Amino acid sequence: MAEYLIKNGFVFDPVLGIRGDKADVAIKDGKIVETSALSSPKVIDATGKTVMAGGVDIHSHVAGPKVNVGRNFRPEDKLFGYKAKSGIERMQGGFSVPTTIRTGYNYARMGYTTVMEAAMPPLYARHTHEEMRDTPILDQGAYPVFGNNWFVLEYLKNNEIENAAAYIAWLLRATKGYAVKVVNPGGTEAWAWGLNCENVHDPVPYFDITPAQIVKGLIEANEYLGLPHSMHVHANNLGNPGNYTTTLDTFKLSEGIKPKSKFGRDQVMHHTHVQFHSYGGDSWANVESKAKDIMDYVNSHDNITIDMGQVTLDETTTMTADGPFEHHLTELNHLKWANADVELETGSGVVPYVYSPSIKVCAIQWAIGLELALLAKDPMRVFITTDHPNAGPFIRYPRVMKWLMSEEARKQQFDAFKHKDKVIDATNLAGIDRELDLYEIAQMTRAGPAKALGLSHMYGGLAPGLEADVAVYDFNPNEPYAPDDIEKAFLNAEHLFKTGVQVIRDHEIASNGNKRTLWVNAKVDENPQVMRDVKEKFLRYYTVTLNNYEVTGHYLPNPYVIEVDATE
Amino acid sequence: MTKTVTDVICPFCGTLCDDLEVVVSDDGKQLLEVYNACAIGAEKFLHSQAKDRLTRPRMRQEDGSWKEISYDEAIEYTARMLTDAKKPLMYGWSSTNCEAQAIGSEIGELVGAVMDNTATVCHGTSLIAVQDIGIPSCTLGEVKNRADRVVFWGCNPAHAHPRHMSRYSIFPRGFFTGKGHTGRKVIVVDPRPTDTASVADVHLQVEQGRDYELLNAFRVAFKGEQLPDVVAGIPKEKIYEAAETLKSGRFVIIFFGMGVTQSLGKNHNIDEAIAVTRDLNEYTKAAIMPMRGHYNVTGSGQVWGWLFGFPFAVDLSRGFARYNPGETTSNDLLARDEVDAVFVLGSDPGAHFPFNSVKKIYDRPSVAIDPHETPTTEVCKVHVPVAFVGVEVGGCAYRMDNVPIETRKVVEPPEGMMTDEEFLKRVLARVKEIQGV
Ligand code: SF4
Ligand SMILES: [Zn+2]
Repeated sequence: MAEYLIKNGFVFDPVLGIRGDKADVAIKDGKIVETSALSSPKVIDATGKTVMAGGVDIHSHVAGPKVNVGRNFRPEDKLFGYKAKSGIERMQGGFSVPTTIRTGYNYARMGYTTVMEAAMPPLYARHTHEEMRDTPILDQGAYPVFGNNWFVLEYLKNNEIENAAAYIAWLLRATKGYAVKVVNPGGTEAWAWGLNCENVHDPVPYFDITPAQIVKGLIEANEYLGLPHSMHVHANNLGNPGNYTTTLDTFKLSEGIKPKSKFGRDQVMHHTHVQFHSYGGDSWANVESKAKDIMDYVNSHDNITIDMGQVTLDETTTMTADGPFEHHLTELNHLKWANADVELETGSGVVPYVYSPSIKVCAIQWAIGLELALLAKDPMRVFITTDHPNAGPFIRYPRVMKWLMSEEARKQQFDAFKHKDKVIDATNLAGIDRELDLYEIAQMTRAGPAKALGLSHMYGGLAPGLEADVAVYDFNPNEPYAPDDIEKAFLNAEHLFKTGVQVIRDHEIASNGNKRTLWVNAKVDENPQVMRDVKEKFLRYYTVTLNNYEVTGHYLPNPYVIEVDATE
Repeated sequence: MTKTVTDVICPFCGTLCDDLEVVVSDDGKQLLEVYNACAIGAEKFLHSQAKDRLTRPRMRQEDGSWKEISYDEAIEYTARMLTDAKKPLMYGWSSTNCEAQAIGSEIGELVGAVMDNTATVCHGTSLIAVQDIGIPSCTLGEVKNRADRVVFWGCNPAHAHPRHMSRYSIFPRGFFTGKGHTGRKVIVVDPRPTDTASVADVHLQVEQGRDYELLNAFRVAFKGEQLPDVVAGIPKEKIYEAAETLKSGRFVIIFFGMGVTQSLGKNHNIDEAIAVTRDLNEYTKAAIMPMRGHYNVTGSGQVWGWLFGFPFAVDLSRGFARYNPGETTSNDLLARDEVDAVFVLGSDPGAHFPFNSVKKIYDRPSVAIDPHETPTTEVCKVHVPVAFVGVEVGGCAYRMDNVPIETRKVVEPPEGMMTDEEFLKRVLARVKEIQGV
């Protein structure tokens, strides 16, 4: 493999603690190495440019059944945005739900190299893997959903942590999954009857268990196994005025639990798209930001990490395993609604949504997301996401960076709101003058998420031994710049290396890379009861046979297996 | 000695049963018996064993006779035909695996083809309706475990999807449906007295072509508003009663088929059927599902969805993907002479397209990839026999509820026989050579 030396750039790397100093980055055999280890490298002159590790996205909906529902039922999402094939670049389409090819290219253009699919329905795992296989460049993994799974509900009702853990290990292997995802615990099972669980103590119909028991039990099972990532939750009551209390109640379920994982993470709960979960008030008329209460809690509890779910003020496509929420949304906006309940496991819904700067609530949501990041004391625990495509498409990350880095950019946006004064009254953002620097951005988009995923031994930094995922941006942090320059530069990396392969050269896609699929193989002691339960449920209730369930072989042409030993 | 292969997937209809057992000879070359399949499924497996089966490509001669050619020659003809054409049609894709669909799509990208599947004459109207209004749906296991109200509208699974009723919709006992058939109320809406109607609790014999009116009447009845005495041939009392039956269910599922998708009103019927389902969700839980025909027509819509963003009628001729049913659909393109070569794989347009379209295929350079001799192979210039997907080669297929299942290889194909995927890979490589990319 070619050697590279990226010379003289301004480097921002939380792993090495480099805050914009000039440094050289050396690449050999797919890894970062000491510069002395190179013999005859190709030299990339990064003088006057910004150099960072490849970006890591901890939560994005980019592959699988509901994403494809979004693509296929929204031809309008492709209008005006086509890109014809040229050279090695295949044809691309779609804005809020881009084709897999565009997904890979667009993340790469932003300097991202690792993207986690945030919700994989186990029965549809094969589909999710097919799409990831056809997404170029990126390393990816997918989180199977557990929060409404009948096995989990039955084990945790009786607090059988060991059985829940054995089942999780089995399902991760069967689906080639990466982590334990929980979406509206219990609520989506309730939705199979048209109902919901609105708070952590609202019992799940028939199953005689509460969301609180599900979340706590899954945290414990996750730590019993010592998985790389923590339990990753989207709590109950998403998107409703006054829901911040449910969020705090959910946070509290992690209290007193310490991580038991060899993978270097500090948290036992990752709460995703917290913007959607930080609302005060009791109606859309008086909804207000509770970001301060939320961040007070997060700042003082270091066993929690969160991501933003930043609203980007675009027309987008919402999609979530929170089936009842999507039904609620279609009743609010009267746009088309797709729903897909999945036997024994989960459900999902898809509804287009327009976040208009002329609508007060949308502007309040925009402010809340930014408040979360700007009130963060530890940027290693608060990550930039848009919950793509729910609060906005991932292609807006550079715009989110701009808002976080520039008070002037935020002022411009406030001025563009129709209900500016009401928005300012309902939020704290106008009173926050903090501007993040590129080091903090690197924490929130690289080192932080890599660590929370248990992947700091591979990603998130530029220390020798890490994967050679390196982005060079045409941005000089030491020269004066306008806010829009940030967005422009971070939307369009000048060079990008993925495991040592140059995938972007002079802003052009130069290679389709060597994408890998990460999954976690957790070994547990033999558990005859769980295996009996699995056989019985497949025999009686599933509509596919047990032998046709596991995803194997060519669905993961380039797998990267992370081994976990949880045997006694 | 024989071997029994279990958990075999039936590559025939969208029911995609995965519990078949197949007995094969010890050397794995002969398929002897098929268990658990319905008659048409079993026939599909046994058909692969026909002694007179073609095993080599053939090319039509000037005098109308066939001449055997090599796979290399067939690949060359196909690659040349596709690269020479200004706008080739690549049609079918419903009876093959997703792997072949993905490679075919890459070829389509390079040669600027129009990619279309059998939805174009079947559930394409449903796909259009979904783009209008969405679709509340579920997997078939949800039906099995929860549904206590089952509607078949314009479909006759007793004939077209024979095991559907026993595996998923009427007879099975599921988690919340321990009483099986007796716990479910079944409504059939069909102008004909079908075999499916004969097992229903209620048969609404709608007047031919009046489905939209009847669907609309249901929406009126849900709200308790006034109906005329008779709608679409059905007395209003029966409509109110059926509406009440649905509203009082815990979980309603509506299955619909070609009787509504291709009759008068087309996609508007499906719009309204989905609106009925949406309305029902105000009172209880309700879902709706198209009864997809070919075993993997659903998969081709998925593959094109993630690669191009559209489920059928995808025109790649401008270098990017366009979709405009009525313009980019196969029969419209053929009728207007807008395509100058035709490639068919995994479908039989010779049997299903109107005569005028079939004649257009006959008039053009054309290739049919198909294990069988079919009406389509009879009108094409080159016929390439291939291994049976799901019998002689595995690969992914999507059930009518979009659940992906890996089909199995149970016997060896005849010596030297290519699979769809192998053939397409070779064509792709040759196309790249010709184009110098
Ligand atoms: S119902 Fe369909 S899939 Fe099942 S055995 Fe019959 S033909 Fe095959
Ligand atoms: Zn999400």
